[in-house]
Amino acid sequence: MGARIAQMVPTLFLLLLAAFTLLHLAPGDAAQVLAGESGGGDTTYLANLRSRFGLDQPIYVQFMLYARNVLSGDLGFSFRNNMNVVDLIGARLLPTLLLTGSAMAVAVAFGMTAGALAAAHAGKWQDRLISGIALLIYATPGFLLGIGLMILFGVTLPWLPIGGFVASQGIDSGFEYALSVAKHLVLPVVTLGALYAAIYTRFTRGAMLEIYVQDHVRTARAKGLAASRIILRHVMRNASLPLITVIGLQAGSLLSGAILVETVFAWPGLGRLAFEAVQQRDYNLLAGLVLTTGTLVVLINLCVDLLYAVLDPRVTLR
Amino acid sequence: MTTDSERDELPTDISIRVPNIVLRIFRSWRKFPLSLHIGLLILLFQLAVALLANTLYPQDPFELVGMPFMAPGEDPLFPLGTDILGRDIAAGVVHGSRVSLLVGFAATLIATIVGTTIGLVSGYFGGWVDHALMRLTELFQVIPHFLFAIILVSIMGADLSNIILAIGLTSWSMVARLARAETLALRELDFVKISVVMGGGHLRAILTHVLPNALPPVIVSASILTALAVLTEAGLAFFGMSDSNHVSWGSMIGASRDALLTAPYMTLIPGAAIVVAVMGFSLIGDGLGQILRRGHRI
Repeated sequence: MGARIAQMVPTLFLLLLAAFTLLHLAPGDAAQVLAGESGGGDTTYLANLRSRFGLDQPIYVQFMLYARNVLSGDLGFSFRNNMNVVDLIGARLLPTLLLTGSAMAVAVAFGMTAGALAAAHAGKWQDRLISGIALLIYATPGFLLGIGLMILFGVTLPWLPIGGFVASQGIDSGFEYALSVAKHLVLPVVTLGALYAAIYTRFTRGAMLEIYVQDHVRTARAKGLAASRIILRHVMRNASLPLITVIGLQAGSLLSGAILVETVFAWPGLGRLAFEAVQQRDYNLLAGLVLTTGTLVVLINLCVDLLYAVLDPRVTLR
Repeated sequence: MTTDSERDELPTDISIRVPNIVLRIFRSWRKFPLSLHIGLLILLFQLAVALLANTLYPQDPFELVGMPFMAPGEDPLFPLGTDILGRDIAAGVVHGSRVSLLVGFAATLIATIVGTTIGLVSGYFGGWVDHALMRLTELFQVIPHFLFAIILVSIMGADLSNIILAIGLTSWSMVARLARAETLALRELDFVKISVVMGGGHLRAILTHVLPNALPPVIVSASILTALAVLTEAGLAFFGMSDSNHVSWGSMIGASRDALLTAPYMTLIPGAAIVVAVMGFSLIGDGLGQILRRGHRI
């Protein structure tokens, strides 16, 4: 356990290095950005700014300054938003976790069910239908699926709001607030959830088909166990282990998907923040986002490993 | 006389060899799984469209050729209609297939070369080399790929080559893990060890013994990567990060965003092209994976 956590340290250090490199590759340094924001400045002004922010120091000193700032919770300042990057990200973190968490739950529930159904009817029309739909959803770009659902359920059939986080008026109680957020949540969650449900369907089907041919399943059949019990206890349980690994590996990709989906639905999360930061070339904010999302994925992977050790007693954490 | 006999030998040699290869492909073609058949047909069709783009639509796809907002079928000259500015959508789709294929293949090539090299070196040598390279791979795994790609494109500029580079450089981690896992199993096998004992050197062992045997699963993952690269390119273009000198399916969708409700066909037609292309590559990946698991040789 301790060793597993220690293993995260070099990755997090590389993440810090990557964010720092990013800031340095970006056109213009902090001094130029500052001077630009205050309406330009001459070379002495720039030199003054550089020495004040330590930008005239050797690169490794600059990196140590940066690391010290990040570790003390200072991710820099976003001049475009006139806010600290930490505050910006903090305000957007919860909506993204709400969106990706719900989407993940939807994806796992639908994906495992559909995958199990397809595997149980392998080669028959049920399998072809489920696999076909999964392939079609998988091949659809997330933003296109989002736009399609938005037109269908927000415009043609005006059942759901087409974007945003919560209705701007008519909110009187906490319950109404929650209800409004839930309504706004449906379409983005369905969009993101459907994409990953398709991936999990394909994966669950493959993993279960591999287990169906194993001896212990044949034994269970020979004992005369009910088909549903064999599927749930003997096949699904074993297939869920590799699935958990895939879910952990997909954590970063779920955040990638959130960038497009949040932009389409104007969901005020990290993904939309990333889109805005790229549009405004706000590299301080982008570096902060790289650090935040990267750390998030590292932590999710840690949780997955812990879960794995709980579910499979043969696995011990190194 | 000698020249005559050489001349006699050459054609027969070739005439025996060529039909053999054709026959072999044809024979194994019938044994391919259905998904591989459909996937390869889609790919062949897309290749043909991309190669014939200039013959089918010789004019610049960016040219304003008709009235804007013409629905498909409204004018027989423009079977798929025209977009916001009056550009021929059919010409855009046909020319866009070039960009999508180019980005898909080139980005996959970069990701596969980088990933395979890192995976092979990491798995073969083990120890601290493995440790260091795996932490690097982890870094490229934990930063969300799309975030990484949009940052790289925004720093380097939205040229076609930069887009390819950004997609390729952010998507190799999966290949590296796969190649490493294969190499870990292969390096323990006798023929690899013997090659080194015989004085062949590590490079020779890696290139002639480990690489060819580790390649099949890498090729399967390459077709999945190609599908993902096409999707990523579309996502970047939707964000306005596309090369303004080349029409692409994603940029066509991005350009029609304002007409989404009045003329959804402008979005749906290039969208359908993306879906078909990505399905093609995924089906190829599925089919190759099935063959690999079945363990029979092509």
